[in-house]
Formats: sequence, structure tokens, C-alpha cells
Amino acid sequence: MKLKNIAVVYNKERTDMLRDRRTLFNMLLFPLIMFPLISTGFSRLESRFREKARKEAAQIMVLGAEQAPELAGKLRASGKFEIVPTEPDYKQRISDKKLRAAVEFSPGFEQALRGAGAQAPGVTLYYYETEMRSEMAVHSLEEIVGEYRKDVVQGRVAGHGLPAAALTPVVTKEQNVASAEKVSGVRLGAIIPYFIIIFCLVGALHPAMDLTAGEKERGTLETILASAVSRGELVMAKFLFVLTTSLTTAVISLASYSLTLKFAPSASARGVAKDFTAHFSLQSVLMVFVMVLPLAVLFAAALVAISLIARSYKEAQSYTGPIMMLAIVPAIASILPGIELNAKLALIPILNVSLVSKEILSGSLPWGSIALVFLSTSF
Amino acid sequence: MIEAQGLTKIFKDKKRGEIRAADGVSFKAQPGQIYGLLGANGAGKTTTLRMLATILQPTAGTAKVAGYDVVDDPEKVRASVGFLSTATALYGRLTAKEFVEYFGRLFGMEEAALQKRIDEIFARLEMNEFRDRRCEKLSTGMKQKVSIARTLVHNPPVMIFDEPTIGLDVMTARTIVQFIRECRAQGKTVIFSTHVMSEVEKLCDTIGIIHNGKLLAEGTLPQLRERYGEQDMEEIFVKVVGE
Repeated sequence: MKLKNIAVVYNKERTDMLRDRRTLFNMLLFPLIMFPLISTGFSRLESRFREKARKEAAQIMVLGAEQAPELAGKLRASGKFEIVPTEPDYKQRISDKKLRAAVEFSPGFEQALRGAGAQAPGVTLYYYETEMRSEMAVHSLEEIVGEYRKDVVQGRVAGHGLPAAALTPVVTKEQNVASAEKVSGVRLGAIIPYFIIIFCLVGALHPAMDLTAGEKERGTLETILASAVSRGELVMAKFLFVLTTSLTTAVISLASYSLTLKFAPSASARGVAKDFTAHFSLQSVLMVFVMVLPLAVLFAAALVAISLIARSYKEAQSYTGPIMMLAIVPAIASILPGIELNAKLALIPILNVSLVSKEILSGSLPWGSIALVFLSTSF
Repeated sequence: MIEAQGLTKIFKDKKRGEIRAADGVSFKAQPGQIYGLLGANGAGKTTTLRMLATILQPTAGTAKVAGYDVVDDPEKVRASVGFLSTATALYGRLTAKEFVEYFGRLFGMEEAALQKRIDEIFARLEMNEFRDRRCEKLSTGMKQKVSIARTLVHNPPVMIFDEPTIGLDVMTARTIVQFIRECRAQGKTVIFSTHVMSEVEKLCDTIGIIHNGKLLAEGTLPQLRERYGEQDMEEIFVKVVGE
């Protein structure tokens, strides 16, 4: 194998692929636009809807208001609802999303309450599950009814001459000892390796297929096979180029992710960005890339090898589809809470890299595991 | 100089079983001469030429091209051969010059010598007009010129053409035929395959007729005419194949 030939082929593939719109899209544009789009656009949209729903006075119906004048008065006074005149088809209206919810008081509600008899008076709340605005309306209704219930109970307790504290004999208090930074560090640590691994794969995919099956399809493979370059040099150069795009895509996506957080419109995202720079030293990020390197090598080699079997780009796509799934599942598994690196998991490809990167990013450096993962992925 | 000895290629197909695409093909092609391989579609012309260009490995037999063995020394053979076929496409996203440069570099040419050679070829084939245009934007005729420039860049002693004129218009086909003659004039060993009888009559010094993977007849045009008692190449061909 001549290094010079590998370099000539590599440089040519670079010129060639950088003029290909699909490469540019996958390697540069996709990671660059995906994060801003997802993290800002999406959260902005969601908060806008939520805000709008919260501000809007939910339209509700009160059935049997005359049975419970006091509670009905509280509902009206809360200002959270627009009480519309009662109609018999309220259930249909809720289903049609014209009405958010309805409250129904059982007959003789207030009387039963005053009498404090054996039969407790009932309130039925009608709503539409999975409809966010309906659920929010019913939530507010529950709050008001709950307040009312508390008042009634307190009144009764006081009537019997007991102190209010009699109602809560034990007080529980929760105190979080983990600092807020540590919590977000662990969360980020879990998600970043996942992104890096996925983008390694996304970046490798197109060039791996285009430089092998694509060349067969276009007939250029025959031309190059008739030239002085050896098969080994050719495959090596193609593999190295695929590896380069794979890592480039991962670096760009990571950069895009951190920039997105930095300039994110919401304060919470900016907080995450602060943690990001505070927690992840350049050293630990570099370390993660060192861990990802053998994995990227594996991806590039596997994708090139599989695409070489295919006769056309399309055929290669259908072969590499399952590979995508195979790679994504263990990468996702690493995000699952409670999954921790041990010697056995360190031998499962992809999952091990993802987990060890998680450890590195959350600040610890388990050298034994790092060595094990690196070696098991390398071979 | 090309010397094929019992070149055989067997493909295995699940439905049709063993296919002998080339079956014991032996012949010699001399420098300064054009050897024409004549045969119908599927006769084994392409398979034979691809083995000579080391794109395929022979199942049995071997060949010496420019003194190197195709099985033992494939890289040296490739460095001595200019291979052109309709299947050898161009890299669409490279410019004409980049494309020729790429192959020159792979043949290990020095940068200065390469640039000089490219200037020479581009001037002779009148390619300077589209020198820096991407190959995907070129017309069929221009593309064919780029392919010719590619086969010539390392000045190989042996030229292999696999149906070089198929699907080309008259003017472009003439350019190719002219180019093949020039190669002979420069003392190169030229082998080319075709199913067009008139091309064989016009160009070839020696003709080999191939059918079902076997070389059935060989000789100069006068020799074949005498042997089969026919003037017309087409009649000769039918007689040979019909036997």
C-alpha cells in the first residue's frame, strides 16, 4: 500500500464529496439547523401555546348551580372561567372541543353538606382526556373544589374545638442535596454522547454509500479499478474519508448544540449552557471524542463494507437502514435512568461508549472502564 | 504486446448454473497493430477484455500484457494499459482537467510532467474550451474526449477498447476511430472489441471472432476472406458462428 496513492484518492474524494449537495446537507446544514430548530423553535412554540391556553378563560358549564350556590359563587369569582348557559348536550360539546369542561353538583348538595350526614355530596367533573386545554380547565376546577373542601373540613374541626394542626399530625419535608448544576450536568452528560454517536452515523452514511454503491451505479468504479491504484489503497482512502466526515459531523453537531444553548431565548436553556461550559472542560469533551473514535471507525468500516455489496445507492440504503436501528437502540438505552457502566455492559458495542462518555462528562474518570471500552470497541 | 493463454472466466448463477463467459481464449496482439475482437452481444468480448485490464480475475489461464502477468502483477499491468469502455464513466463533480489529473497522479506521474502532458493532450484533442467545466455538464462527445485523455495521460504501451463507439453519433465515433489509428501509428499495441462489421474492416490488422466464450477464428482480413470464400465481413462472421 502506497501512502501517496491513498492521499491522492482521499483528496479527490474530498473535492468530489464537498461538491455534492447531499454531503453538505448531511454534514453541515442538518446538524447546524437541527438543534436551533428543535430546542428553540419547539420549546418556544410549546410555551406559546401553553401561555395562550393559560390566559384564556376556559368555557365551562355549571350544572345544578342552584344546588350549591356557595361553591358556584366561588367558581364565578375565581375569574378563571367563562361560565356559559347550561345546555343539555354538554358532553357532545366537550367532545367537539367547543366546551372545555362541565361541573355537575349532585341534587341537594349544600343541604347534604350542612347536614354532614352519612351521604357525602358529590361533584362530577366532565372533561376530555388528552385535550390539553380541557385538562387544564378541569385541573383549575379541582383546585377550587379542593380549597372549598379544605375550608369545610377546617370549619368542622374548629366546630369540634380541635386545633387546625390536628389535621396534619406528621409533617414531611424533602430536601435535595444535589446541587442544581450537578443535576443538569448528569442530564446533559446522558444526552450528549447520544447526539455524538448518532451524528457520527449520520455523517458517515451518505459518503459511505455514495463512494461505493454510488460509484458502481454511475460506472466510475470500473474506471478507477482500471487505474494503477490497488484495491487496498482505494478502500483505505474511502474508509478514511468516511471516517473524516463522520467525525466532522459529530464535531459540528456538538458545536451547534452548545451554541444553540448559549443563544437560546429561554432562560432555562441559557442556564443549561452555563452548566455546559462550567462542567465540561475542553479536556472531557476531547476525551469523549477519543472514546468515540473507535466507534466511528467501526461505523465507517461497517457502512463501507455493507454498501460495497450493494449495486446501487438505493440498494445500499435498504441495507444500511437496519444498521441505523441497531446503532440507535443501544445509544438510546444509555439515556435510560439508572443504567450504569459495569464490566459486562462495557463489552456491548455502542452502549459502552455512550455510557463511558456519560461518566466522563459527569466529571468522573473511570480509567479501568475507559480502557476496557476503548479496547473492546477497537477490536 | 498482449499474449492471452487459455483465458477462462466462469460465473456462477443460481438459476442458470455455470456460465462460461470466456472459455480458453488464446491469442497474440503485436505492437503497432490493431487486434479486433468481433462478436455478438454476450459472446464474451467484454469479459475477455476486462480480464486483460485486470478488472476481473480469470478462473483459469492467464495473459501477459506489456510483459507483466495479469494474475501475478495486476498493478503493473494496469500501469501499462489504457482502458476505455462505455462502462468507464467520469466523475461528474470533477472538472475535465481534475479528472485527468487524478488518474495521472494515481499512475505516479511527477507533477511537472503531468501538467505538461495534460496541456499536450488537451491541445491535441481540442479540449481546452471545456477544461474547467464539470464532467456532468459535458456533452457525450466531450465526455468521450475526456475519457480518451484519461487513457492517454500515462502514455501506456497497450490500449484496450471495449466497444468504444457504441451509442455514439457519427462524428464522435469518427473521433474515436481516428484516435485508435493514431495509437497504432505511435507503435502501441491496440485491442478493441466491437459488433460493428464495418469498423473491423476499416481498422483491424488481425481479427478474432468470438462466440459463446470461444475464439472460433482468427486471421487478417485477406486470410479470413480466403479461408471462408466470402468477401463481406458479415458473411464471414455468419459462416464462422454458424459452424
